[in-house]
Order: sequence, then C-alpha cells, then structure tokens
Amino acid sequence: MTAANATSHTLVTGVIGADTHIVGNRILSMALEEADYKVVSLGALTPADEFVKAAIETAADGIMVSSLYGQGELDCRGFRDMCIEAGLDGILLYVGGNLVVGKQDWADVERRYQEMGFDRAFPPGTRTAEVIEALGQDFTARDAARDAAGERAAS
Amino acid sequence: MTDARTALLIDFGSTFTKLRAIDMDAGRILGAGQGPSTVTTDVTEGLDAALADLERDMGTLPEFTHRLASSSAAGGLRMVTAGLVKELTAEAARQAALGAGARLVGTYAYKLTAGDARAIIELAPDILLLAGGTDGGNEDVIRANAERLADAGLDCPVVVAGNRNAADDVAATLAGAGLSVSVTGNVMPEFNVLDVEPARAAIRGVFIQRIVHAKGVDRAARRFDAVLMPTPAAVLAAARLLADGTDSTPGFGPLLVVDVGGATTDVHSVAEGAPTRDGVLPRGLPEPLAKRTVEGDLGMRINAAAIAGAAGRASLAAASGLSEDDVTTRLSSLTDDVETLPDDAAGRALDRALAAAAVAVAVDRHAGRLEVVQTVNGPITVQHGKDLGDIASVIGTGGVLAHGEDAAGVLSAALAGRDDDASVLRPRAPNLFIDQNYLLYAVGLLAEVDADAALMLARNTLFRVEGDSVHGRLPAA
Repeated sequence: MTAANATSHTLVTGVIGADTHIVGNRILSMALEEADYKVVSLGALTPADEFVKAAIETAADGIMVSSLYGQGELDCRGFRDMCIEAGLDGILLYVGGNLVVGKQDWADVERRYQEMGFDRAFPPGTRTAEVIEALGQDFTARDAARDAAGERAAS
Repeated sequence: MTDARTALLIDFGSTFTKLRAIDMDAGRILGAGQGPSTVTTDVTEGLDAALADLERDMGTLPEFTHRLASSSAAGGLRMVTAGLVKELTAEAARQAALGAGARLVGTYAYKLTAGDARAIIELAPDILLLAGGTDGGNEDVIRANAERLADAGLDCPVVVAGNRNAADDVAATLAGAGLSVSVTGNVMPEFNVLDVEPARAAIRGVFIQRIVHAKGVDRAARRFDAVLMPTPAAVLAAARLLADGTDSTPGFGPLLVVDVGGATTDVHSVAEGAPTRDGVLPRGLPEPLAKRTVEGDLGMRINAAAIAGAAGRASLAAASGLSEDDVTTRLSSLTDDVETLPDDAAGRALDRALAAAAVAVAVDRHAGRLEVVQTVNGPITVQHGKDLGDIASVIGTGGVLAHGEDAAGVLSAALAGRDDDASVLRPRAPNLFIDQNYLLYAVGLLAEVDADAALMLARNTLFRVEGDSVHGRLPAA
C-alpha cells in the first residue's frame, strides 16, 4: 500500500468527453509515475465531473485533461468553475492534445484555454519531459508561496 | 456407530423465531420449529416456544453439537454510513454496510452539517460507518465529520474505514467523546478500488460484541453457543459458499439469490459481472464480488402497495386475473395485517403476481446496465454495474417462494425476457432453485463451523425448478 507523503503530489489524468484516444494519455500517465507523481488514471471517455470527483476523494494537487478529438472547447467549458464549486479552488489544471478543430493559431488557442481557467495548455506533439518540467516549476512556486504564507501566519 | 453430529440453527427474526435442526453428517434437515419473536420483552420466551415446536416436529431433541444463531430482530442491524464523494467512498461505505447485513437507515456524503449530525443522532443507529478519502487522499472531510459527530453527542459504536492517514486522529476524536471505535482498512484504499471486506468484518465484530447484547438477544445465551451475524449476512455467506464451493466440493459458480420478504426484497449476487459481450467497456466504481442490495419498497405485506406502485396496478391485475378494483381492495387489507396468508385462490394469485413483480423490479435494480455513448469513432457501449447474463444459478428464498403458488414462475421474473429492455443485464438462462425449507440462513451459519456440511445441506435441499421465461415475467413499470 502506498501512502502519499507530504512532499509527493497527486495528479488525476484522463481523456475528457466522448473521446476514446487513450494512447497519448497513457504515455503521459506512465511518464508522470516515473517522475514520482502519484497518478490517478481515469482513462478514456471520462466526463468532466468524474475528474472533479476523483480529485476530491484523492486530494489531488493537479488535474491533467487530455482531448484529442477537437471537441475540447465544449467539454472543458466551466471546468475551473466546477472545481471551485467543489472546493478545489487552487488546484493546478493542465490541458493538452488536439484542442481545436482545424489549423488555428496556437497562441490564440492557448489564450482561450487559459481564459477557461487552465493554468497551462499544451499543443499536439508536446514531449512528456516538457510537461514534467512545467509541473516542477508550478509546484515549486506553489509550495514556496504556501510556505511563505505559513511563515507569515506563524510570525 | 457414534451419534451423528447435529446442529441447531436459530434465526431471531423480526416476526418469528425460526429453528432448523440439521444432521451435519448426512447434510439433511431433521426438523423445523417456529415461535414468536419476543425480543421486545424477553427473547427466551419466543425461543422456548420455538424449541417446543421443534420437539413436537422431531419427537425428542438431540444434544446438539452446535447451536448457532443469526438475528434480524429489533429492527435488524440499523446502520448509518458517511463518506466523501457520493459515487465513491460514500457508495463504497454503503456497499460495505449492506454486505455486512445491515439495514441502512441513513447514507451521507461530503461534510456533515450540524443538521445532518442531529438527524443521525435522531435515527439512533446501532453502528455508524465512517469513510472518506482514499489512502493519502482527502483527510479534511473525515476529520471534520468525526468532530461534528463527537460534538453533537453521537452515542453508538463507530467503525472507521476511511483514509488511513487520518484514521488514528479520527479514532482519537471519537474515543475522546466516549464512543467505542474500531479502525479498519479503507473501503476505497486507491481511487476506484473497492475493498469492503475489512469493514464488513469490523461491523460483524461490533455486532457480536455489542449489538447482540444491546438488543437483548443474549438473554437466551444459555440456550445457544453464539449469535454469529445478522441474518442477511448469513444468507450472503450461504450464497458465497454455494458459489465458491469448498476445498473438496465444487460450488455452483456465479449465482444470484433473491429473498422476497414481508417488508423488503433482498438480492445477493456472487459474481464478477464482467462484460459478457465483445467490445463492451466497464465504467464506474467496480462492484463487490459478493454484492447485496435491499429494496426497502418491495415487500409482500408491509410494502405490498409500494410493489403495486413500482409495477403498476394494471399489470398486477393482468398477472393475477383479478380486476383492478379487486387488487386495490386486497392490497389495503394486506398492508394492514402483515401476517395475513391468502385463504382463497384469488388471494394466492395476487400473492403470486406481487412476488413476481417484486422479483422483477429488485433484480432490475441489482443488475448492471448498458449505455451507448456516441463518439467520433462511432457508438461505444459502456457497462455500469454487473453483467449477470451468464450467471449459472438463481436461487429463490422467502415465504412466498417456499409456500406460495408457482414458485418457478415467480422466480422466472428475475430472467432476461423477450420484451425486456436489452440494456438491463439480467440472467439469461440459469438453473432455477427454490429454498423450500428456508435453509439459506442455516447454511450460512453452519458454514462457520463446517463448510462441507453446509454445502452438502444446501445441495441436498435446494429444489430445482423449470423456469418459464415468457409467462413468469411482469414488465417493470
């Protein structure tokens, strides 16, 4: 039995909506596990609310949403709001894959997903190492901010 | 030749105290006795009356090798469960309690409010099962719930089966409020991994140590060796034994038990329930191998009117050959007098129709379902719950199946029928058996001391009937 310790982080992964493309998500999940993250893998065909429910029960630190079939914008609408509603206010949200239909300017796509409340969006072809590096940066920043807040509260 | 080993199996029920005397070496029933249920006054009176009845049946009572009891008296094992997410740990807690033979009087999810805590105390459960969080997952909610219940003055034993990282603190909080606490394994140690057996065992431990005494069943303690479990847990134990067999005797394989009672209809399945069709994708929380569901609105007497509500008066009338007005009149008298047995052909026909409807609806709710999801790659079929399609045996128990008319037809209501909604994964072509002597609880109890004798008893006494998959069904409304 694995008991998460204070320094490890738990991530929920899955493919959102009526999307069956599981391979990339599985590769990502394996890479995250190798990088010592505790991964709760929901697999393909996962409704948005199941990501949120899994994150509540496992006290996840981040949710990694994959979308490969072009409908991501519809499936991910309101995702951050749903997290806030469930009490997961500060949870880290990443999204990646073929996030829109057709060829569109990536900067524009990224902005739209960030407006939806995702901390980061990743285009097709992103290497797992890039994602892991981003996670490292984000968690380091968050942990530092939390420690600083803790010290302020203690003093 | 030495005397045969014998066993006395007692069921302290809500209406009757029932006895079965068993020859353990031959695996057969020696006699049966019945007395009133007298738990509210002195349990000994009902037991003595039942023993006298058994003696009349057998001539003389042997010196029993084992005297074991189960109890569903005094309202059964009344439990409240609390977990975190409704579909996850709260559901796992519910499954654990049902499998332990409990009667659920309240199920809660997320943080308990002050009002929830008051309501729980008002319900006065025998045991509260507290879950929440996977191991290493959410700790806040189970901690908050323990504090809430301790502050509100909960007064019943608590079984803690949540996030192990919080379990010790939660136990300390509850013990600090003077409560008896048992800490056991998490009902969901990892996300979507169900592990209900440790919680079931802990619930049973509390039942034996405390509840039996609290309900006054131990007043008759000199007349038996032990009360081992709640009666529904004994039936589930029998179902498991029958499915799995013993080291020396093979079992029946995956099976379903339908128990039609006066107040509820219980369904037990011992089956993995994996998809039996190609290309079907299982979804959602996996279900326990041994799963029990209780339909609190489907009972032959107390809830006869509710069966009519679920199945429709018109279909009851059609199935029984009575007019709808006749059905309505008879239903109200059944609900008023719970001990009524039909004394005419029309009454028996109505009982048969009610029982078939209860079986149909209860199995419908227990069985898994298929759902077609449209994706860009075309439709995909996903399965929620267990596929019971390939189940080899369906066993019917309860008074109406043992003594009523056309037990085979009634039990056939469990099967997948021609006009059914094909998305409900009922058994397709199982063998049908009737527990004519109301022995399943006795099999479950006997299995505690001698599994081979218990299995032999079940094999010798379950009565095989031929199903009637077309006429036996009432369509579920």
